[in-house]
Amino acid sequence: MSAVLEVDGLRTHFFTRAGVVKAVDDVGFTLERGKVLGLVGESGSGKSMTGYSIMGLVDEPGRIVSGSIRLEGAELTRLDAEGWRRLRGNRIAMIFQDPMMTLNPVLRIDTQMMEAVLAHQAVSRAAARNRCREALAWVGIASPEERLRAYPHQFSGGMRQRIAIAIALLNRPAVVIADEPTTALDVTIQGQILAEMQRLCRESGAALIWITHDLSVVAGLADRVCVMYAGRIVESGPVDDILDAPLHPYTRGLLDSIPARNVPGRPLAQIPGMAPAPIALGEGCAFRDRCSRAAEACAVSPPVSSPAASRTLRCLRPLA
Amino acid sequence: MSAAVDTPLVELRGICKRFGGRRSTRPVHALDGVSFLVREREVVGLVGESGCGKSTLGRIVSRLLEPSEGERYWRGRPYAQLEGRSQRAERLAVQMIFQDPYASLNPRMRVDRIVGEAPVVHGLVAARERDEYVARLLRRVGLDPSLMRRFPHQFSGGQRSRIGIARALAVNPRFLVCDEAVAALDVSIQAQVLNLFIRLREELGLAYLFISHDLGVIRHVSDRVLVMYLGRIVESAPAAELYSHPNHPYTEALILEVPRIDARRRRYVPIRGEIPSPLAPPSGCHFHPRCPKAFGRCRAERPLLREVAPGHLSACHLNEAP
Amino acid sequence: MRVATARPALAAQRPERAQSPWRRLAAEFAASRLALAALAVLAALAIVAIAAPWIAPQNPYDLAQLDVLDSTLPPGAHSAAGKAYWLGTDDQGRDMLSAILFGLRISLTVGVASTVAALALGIALGLAAAYFGGWLDAAIMRVADIQLSFPAILIALILLAALGQGVGKIIVALVTVQWAYYARTVRSAALVERQKEYIEAARALELPQSRIVIGHLLPNCLPPLIVVATVQVAHAISLEATLSFLGLGLPITEPSLGLLIANGFQYLLSGKYWISFYPGLALLATIMAINLVADQLRDILNPRLKR
Repeated sequence: MSAVLEVDGLRTHFFTRAGVVKAVDDVGFTLERGKVLGLVGESGSGKSMTGYSIMGLVDEPGRIVSGSIRLEGAELTRLDAEGWRRLRGNRIAMIFQDPMMTLNPVLRIDTQMMEAVLAHQAVSRAAARNRCREALAWVGIASPEERLRAYPHQFSGGMRQRIAIAIALLNRPAVVIADEPTTALDVTIQGQILAEMQRLCRESGAALIWITHDLSVVAGLADRVCVMYAGRIVESGPVDDILDAPLHPYTRGLLDSIPARNVPGRPLAQIPGMAPAPIALGEGCAFRDRCSRAAEACAVSPPVSSPAASRTLRCLRPLA
Repeated sequence: MSAAVDTPLVELRGICKRFGGRRSTRPVHALDGVSFLVREREVVGLVGESGCGKSTLGRIVSRLLEPSEGERYWRGRPYAQLEGRSQRAERLAVQMIFQDPYASLNPRMRVDRIVGEAPVVHGLVAARERDEYVARLLRRVGLDPSLMRRFPHQFSGGQRSRIGIARALAVNPRFLVCDEAVAALDVSIQAQVLNLFIRLREELGLAYLFISHDLGVIRHVSDRVLVMYLGRIVESAPAAELYSHPNHPYTEALILEVPRIDARRRRYVPIRGEIPSPLAPPSGCHFHPRCPKAFGRCRAERPLLREVAPGHLSACHLNEAP
Repeated sequence: MRVATARPALAAQRPERAQSPWRRLAAEFAASRLALAALAVLAALAIVAIAAPWIAPQNPYDLAQLDVLDSTLPPGAHSAAGKAYWLGTDDQGRDMLSAILFGLRISLTVGVASTVAALALGIALGLAAAYFGGWLDAAIMRVADIQLSFPAILIALILLAALGQGVGKIIVALVTVQWAYYARTVRSAALVERQKEYIEAARALELPQSRIVIGHLLPNCLPPLIVVATVQVAHAISLEATLSFLGLGLPITEPSLGLLIANGFQYLLSGKYWISFYPGLALLATIMAINLVADQLRDILNPRLKR
């Protein structure tokens, strides 16, 4: 039961002309080998930025100001460019919402995939090409030999995402971070991709962080769930505990607003108001303006507590 | 002649829409013989995936596109009869709510003009009463009227959706085509906007054609649901009936595939194959290459919508006795 | 595989005041000190040019004020009457400083007027082409293409040879040369904007077509136009200078900077540099300032950097 990725006290801030934006504010979690972690939140919650921070993809005016990220024991926040080059695409890989963020539209598929292999492994070009062909077959693409010679624009959205997944898994990374890869895809294609990801992670032993706003996807896929709001993890724990017995009012509110959880035709349970602008976050719990259980004490930022084994919670007035 | 109350609000018969096809390029069959109707105060949900033609259908209903074939009726009268100034109120009665809250508002116009321009231009409201009219509309959709001098970029996605709804309401519509109106919104904001739709329907007696790819949302707001695949309606049923007793294999697959909050660590058994391109649709039943129950007749002959239960129509050869 | 800009979304909850797009533009423009300086220089040149009849020491067009004995005096010299010639005189005895001020006036007038007129014509034709499409689009664009395939100078030369000299005629020539750039630019912007949902919404609301095109479409096509127009002012000025230098365009009685440079050309190598040099410097300053302002505008109006 080894932890392949440990994140502790991660803070990523953006220093803009308008002020400091605390996109990620004290985020910590542990990812076990072969497990799936669902990182759930709405826009502005910092979930994508957490993924980028782990991959070292945060550009000016943002940077990681504090915290530690340990991948298989190696500390990522202290890596230099060469260190990153060795790790990215090799031990840790990312899949983006738009597959065209991974694929170069003017290069053939085989060129791009072989590049990814040859950058990290000393094998012959023929051997690399074989690996690529097998990878395409592995993600369920028919006639892989022909498809290798094609260009990205000749594929549909779902196929492109599969190729992006194949590229991510080429070098058998220990950790894969998937940032909303199925949000832009149709339901039936999403079902296919989810099935592939399940199978692939099981077969390769990779640990998966699945970033999404859709709790239902996480329900089917994840072992553990972290719920994020305004840059912080407000609640985390095993998927069944979080979805059946949430402790944080925001998690409860999110679950209650899902149409499937409401009587058809009647108004949905809704969380009033909007998420605060990330630049306007002050002291105290960021959710208190929208929380029906908020009290005076909530003007102080709640510390992380552990209400049960393997659960964390950031709330002074939880539901139970 | 049946009483006026039985006349559907909107009716479409045999609608076909082809794009391209000039100068020896192959035409895209976006819609292939679509017929349905919407009654007063009814919410009809239209669900389908990319390439099914639901957006095209929405635009044909709201007159933004002309069909290649077929007839459209508003309150029993053909759309062609609704030309000219005298019929303008009837034409304005169908309005559209768009998907992208960012692209659907003119970024260089203030909200008061976005919402208030059309009613003033059409004489529904005097120019000097415009601000008050806009304020009433903004309050109705849950926005603070003091913000009406702001520009769209100063609002969040959910607020922009509301502005778009206010703009449509400003011309007194009877029927709203909501084209993926909540797709771009976060779950908690989506709930707020869906509640707004439900409330407006009760307060103003509106009917909706609610287009979405999200089965959960459709289930929640619709009285009746139409399922589309590659330009055709494959199933039509009351909402509860569709979800509890889906008939068409595609509907079954859709409902099965949707991730559900109570299905934990499920093993996804996806439907195989890609959605075919509208440029080269499969012969016979469009769905047969991916259908686990397809047989010979499915490849050869297009199935027609037949009633399989009261009010429940499905286009599948499996429904017919062999 | 670097993520270009991993910026977090900054959703405004309760905006403090209305931020018109123009105010935002001004704020972003001011972020570059170089551009601000260039704008200041441009403003100074414009003010000086407008005020030329009042602040110039001498009216260089009034032949009565000229004294041919004062010709080709170096900078800093004094006339027999005790008047100081800060930048020297030319071969006609004209005070260079005054000549430059008036020349600047003409150059800026010609540049701005021709750009404004070409903008109006180009916008009208480009918008019509984009909105109505079909044969109208094809006809307008083919005319624009044909025109743009000829060198601008060639067209201007032919026109001026036919029309003769004069400020009005040069403006006509410049407008003829320039309208196609604006038409093309506004047409591509309009083609993109026309597909957007807010235009569909305007159509669903049955707004009159003219209102949609002018009130909804045009304001959103302005950013690329602003950039092109700014650069084109400089281009028009330098084109006019070239034409005057070649002897066409403006008559000797209304010299622009180009003509002044041409006048002094023959004296350059005999040591009387100031007759060409200072007008040339003024022209350089004008064009550089305009280009720097246009650069900054282009950077901040780049749609890919927009939130």
